[in-house]
This record gives sequence, structure tokens and C-alpha cells, in this order.
Amino acid sequence: MGVPETGLPDILFYSSRSGNTARFVGRLGLAAYRIPVEPDAPMPAPGRGFVLICPTYADGQGRGAVPKQVIRFLNAPENRARLVGVIASGNRNFGATYALAGRIISKKCNVPLLYRFELAGTETDITRVRAGLDRLGTERCSMTA
Amino acid sequence: MKDMTEIRIPRAINWNRLQDDKDLEVWNRLTVNFWLPEKVPLSNDIPSWATLTDHEKQLTIRVFTGLTLLDTIQNSVGAPSLMPDAVTPHEEALLTNIAFMEAVHARSYSSIFSTLCSTKEVDEAFRWSEENPHLQAKARAILQTYAPGNDPLKRKIASVFLESFLFYSGFYLPMYWSSRAKLTNTADLIRLIIRDEAVHGYFIGYKFQQGMAKLPEDKQQELKDYAFSLLFELYDIENQYTEELYDDIGLTEDVKVFLHYNANKALQNLGFEALFPPEVSEVNPAILAALSPDSENHDFFSGSGSSYVIGKAVATEDEDWDF
Repeated sequence: MGVPETGLPDILFYSSRSGNTARFVGRLGLAAYRIPVEPDAPMPAPGRGFVLICPTYADGQGRGAVPKQVIRFLNAPENRARLVGVIASGNRNFGATYALAGRIISKKCNVPLLYRFELAGTETDITRVRAGLDRLGTERCSMTA
Repeated sequence: MKDMTEIRIPRAINWNRLQDDKDLEVWNRLTVNFWLPEKVPLSNDIPSWATLTDHEKQLTIRVFTGLTLLDTIQNSVGAPSLMPDAVTPHEEALLTNIAFMEAVHARSYSSIFSTLCSTKEVDEAFRWSEENPHLQAKARAILQTYAPGNDPLKRKIASVFLESFLFYSGFYLPMYWSSRAKLTNTADLIRLIIRDEAVHGYFIGYKFQQGMAKLPEDKQQELKDYAFSLLFELYDIENQYTEELYDDIGLTEDVKVFLHYNANKALQNLGFEALFPPEVSEVNPAILAALSPDSENHDFFSGSGSSYVIGKAVATEDEDWDF
């Protein structure tokens, strides 16, 4: 804990069985840890700062936007303390609740909403997120130097 | 020898024993999202409708009859044709919900018509929808795939293309009007339809992926080839349909970008990679904003500003949060 953190944050993500977020993370080509779909499976325990990539499952009123497993994970104070920012996915076809999970997590955990993308993301999304994470890594270096 | 026709025991559906928890998740989503056109105050659009030119009115009515045709197909043929292939009883129940909502969608366009248009205009547009070669061609291409005896997974591919791609040449127009502050109540109703179609495309696409994962690699490749060739066929028809409808008001190119964007999303629902590159799929921001109003893009990585904004108050009443 006393060692200053540098470089890219870790990536943690949740993806349901439809696999859109997992495909996005796969194409990012960075090391990533998955929050399990099964409630009884062990949770990852991040040892350093991480960015969370999370899909949205809201109904028309915005309820249930954040997957229960992600809430369970964020309920642990030690996990929340290492959360650097959130990237949320969704579908614009859901109107005002598009990528709502990102806004909720950002507000609840007081971290920036770093980016939003639809379904499994486009090439543009991949480029932007890679560049953004790089920048974030560099900023973290200069902050702790 | 044993009789080949297996008599299945009629079984009552048990929602407390799920083979696939996605079924319950999507069921809950669809039932919570249930709506009827009566809840949208369409008559508030009467003054706005009066500001459209005769040509714009005709275009709008035609676009809506085209959408009505697709909803009618999905209600009476598409969703029911998927039922015999359902893997779980819950999937079957979901398909009945999907079928019914398609009937609600088809019915909604008639609510718009009876609120805003004259009987003569509407009758003319329905006649047009029966005679328009491009509209008829896309309907036929899909219906062929739905025919009994066809590959169940190919049927799902066609269904996802209908739900997630074919509607969008039509959905473009009410989003365009809405971006210009016209027919905004009609746009609210269309957004409810768009929301439903997104869940339908997602769910049918998910079931397709589940079915596909059980197949050997060569069969998977064959299905993927089929999906892309059907998409090309439909895309070709959609281009002609789009030109015929939108050339006169100069929106064809903008609509085509919207088609590319949605074709990519339809492929993603099936678990496939996007087909159209970013440079031809970046949708007009005004249309994106009309699709998802009140969810402006304030994120950190997009680079438009140096600071991020945390979104306005959102419902976080979920009882599972501990802090």
C-alpha cells in the first residue's frame, strides 16, 4: 500500500453471458480481470488502482442499471478505494438510460465517468479507450513521482 | 422399433427453476417496459404536423406504413416462427411477449395516423406500401427465412436483422423531426418502440449465440457466411428504399450512415464483428441526441473538454448498495 502506484491501472470488467463487454475488453488487448457472473464464484481482489468497465441493464425507469455482482464487488470498501474511474457500456436505443450504470457508479463512488460505448464497441471506441488509459497512466506517474 | 414421433409430456412452466437466468432477466425488462400508445399525448403534435409540407407529410406517412409492415410480419410470423425452436419454456413465453409487443407497435402507427392524418392520405400510403418494390423485397427476403423447415439459427439471424437493422431506415425520420423540434410526442412513442426492438434484438441474438456455440466450427462458419450474405442482400434493398424515400429532401446520405451504424449493431447482437468502418458509421450527432436525449456525452476520454461532469441525479434506490 505504501508503494506509489505508477503506469496503467488494472482493468476489471463485468460481462453477462451475452458477452458484449468481454468482446470489447478482449479487443483492448490489455490485462483484465472479470467479475464473475455466478454469485458464489470468488471475486477478484485488485491489489492496485483499477478502471471498471461495466454494462448497463436498466429498465425503462432506470432501475437495476448496475449488475448486482458489480454492486456486490463495490460494496467492499477496499475495492472501492482502488477504483480510479468507470467506463460504461449500453445501447443508445435505451434513450435517457443509455450507459446509465456509468453515471450511477461515478456518482456513488465519486470517480470520473471515463467513457461510454455501445454494445461491444467500435474501432473508434477501442482507440479512444486505449489512448485514454495511456494518458491516465502517465498522469498517475507524474502525480506520484 | 420405437415410434419416431416423441410425445412430449405437457409441462407447466416453472419460473422458479431456470435453465437460463437470462430468460428471467429479459422477461423482467420487457414486462416492466410494457406500454400502450394511449399513454403518449400524440394530439399535442397536431400543430406541429400542420407545419410540414404536403411532401413531408406524405413521406412521414409512407415511412410509418413501412414500419407497420415490418411490425406486422414480426408479430404474426417472425416471433411465432421462433417458438418451436425455443430451448427453454421461458424463452417460449418471452417470444409470446415479443410477438404481442410487435402488435402494439403496429397498432401505434395507426394511432398516429388517426390523430394526425386524413383517411385518404393514410389509405394512399397503405396502398403504396403494398406496391413499393423495395419494401416488398425486404419483407419477402425475411419471410422466406421464416418459412417452416428452415434452419432455426438462420431464422434467428433474419429476426435480429429485422429488429436491429431493417427498422432504422424508417426510425431515422421521426428522430430527424424530433431533432428539429417537430412531432416530438410522436418521437417519444417511436423511442418506446426503439427501446423494445433493442431488447428483442439483444435477446434473439443472445439465443442465437447460445445455439451457435454448440455447433462444430465448420457449421459456425457456414452460419456466419449466411449472416453476412443476408445482410448484404438486405443492405442493397435498404439502399434503394432509402434513396427512393429520402432523395427528394436531401437526407439519403445521412440515413445511409445511420444504416451502417445499425447494421454494425445488429451484427454485434449476433456476436459478430462490425462490418462498416467508423468513417461511414459516425451518425449525425443531432440524430444520436434524439435517440438518447438527456444522456449527453460528458465523458473524460472523448477529449471535448478538460474536465468531466458527473451526470445529473439518477435513481440509485437499488437496495443492494451498502454505502
